[in-house]
Amino acid sequence: MGEEMTEATGGIDFEDEDASGVIKKFMFVNRKAPYGTIYALEALEVVLISAAFDQDVSLAFLDDGVYQLVKGQHTKAIDVKNFSPTYRALEGYDIEKLYVEKESLEQRGLTEADLLVDVEVMSSADIAKMMAEQDVVISF
Amino acid sequence: MLHIVNKSPFENQTLDSCLRVVGNVQGAALLLTEDAVFAATKGSIIEGKIKTAMSTIKVYALWPDVEARGMQDRVIEGIKMVDYGGFVDLVAEHSNCQSWL
Amino acid sequence: MKFAIMVNEGVYQHQATDSAYQFAKAAIEKGHEVPRIFFYHDGVYNASRLTEPPADDRNIVSRWQKLAKEHNIDMVVCIAAAMRRGIKEENLAENFRISGLGQLVEAGIQADRLVVFGD
Repeated sequence: MGEEMTEATGGIDFEDEDASGVIKKFMFVNRKAPYGTIYALEALEVVLISAAFDQDVSLAFLDDGVYQLVKGQHTKAIDVKNFSPTYRALEGYDIEKLYVEKESLEQRGLTEADLLVDVEVMSSADIAKMMAEQDVVISF
Repeated sequence: MLHIVNKSPFENQTLDSCLRVVGNVQGAALLLTEDAVFAATKGSIIEGKIKTAMSTIKVYALWPDVEARGMQDRVIEGIKMVDYGGFVDLVAEHSNCQSWL
Repeated sequence: MKFAIMVNEGVYQHQATDSAYQFAKAAIEKGHEVPRIFFYHDGVYNASRLTEPPADDRNIVSRWQKLAKEHNIDMVVCIAAAMRRGIKEENLAENFRISGLGQLVEAGIQADRLVVFGD
């Protein structure tokens, strides 16, 4: 997926990478299901690019965003790329903080075992606390 | 932290999600913009929910959006009205902000 | 204070871009800086120079251009999102530039606040 992602993001180079040495806490909040709209895929493209900036990156999955992480996505018949394996590749980009809101899973009859990647399941209150500590919150 | 919601509460659950997560967080603020300003109106089935939230968090609504939708005489008492300059001030006053899209 | 802005919806369909514009304008009027506005998802349509609204409506594209020119705002259109949607150099409005997603992350690092407008 890595190579295809590079192509999808237009072969961005990192000449403009910030060299100031500032490390900020970035949280990407995913609240939308995949395929119905493009937000989840394009969010993932931002996440991958952010890895090149050596920032403190985390991802939060709330509401329908938890559907991005469910196992067993087969998209051949809708002729849309299945980008769910990319979540498993995030570790290779040193993006390891994936938080999933417990209430969102429960509302949808899902458990951690239904997800295709290791995540930290957190209560709404803990998610709120984590959000409040961020410097930049980009939501999709 | 400032939370911004722009969806009508009668159309989807974004406001519910936002309040579920931050409705009890001391120091949090909620700004209702665009179609979310309908949540700031009296007599709707949402009013109770907003009033409960107001006991813990500060709730604001964007006046230009309230006015545009003809809701100016219906706003719930205690919800503070801000213009775009006030929106800017809210973002500046809080350490970060999240748009619940 | 430096405010970076992210615009994630196109023109006219959704109020997001209007809200973003009013916010940027108000921030500048209050003496803040808006160093960069980043256009992503359908937000890239804000940069189409082929947009022609009726004469009695606001012109969203030229309104952005004017604001950027007067206040030295770097208006960046995401290349990947733009290519998907047919926004290219040949139909890019003046005062916008096409660049990578790194420009969004960089704006987040350099600005004091990043505000997202979308649907």
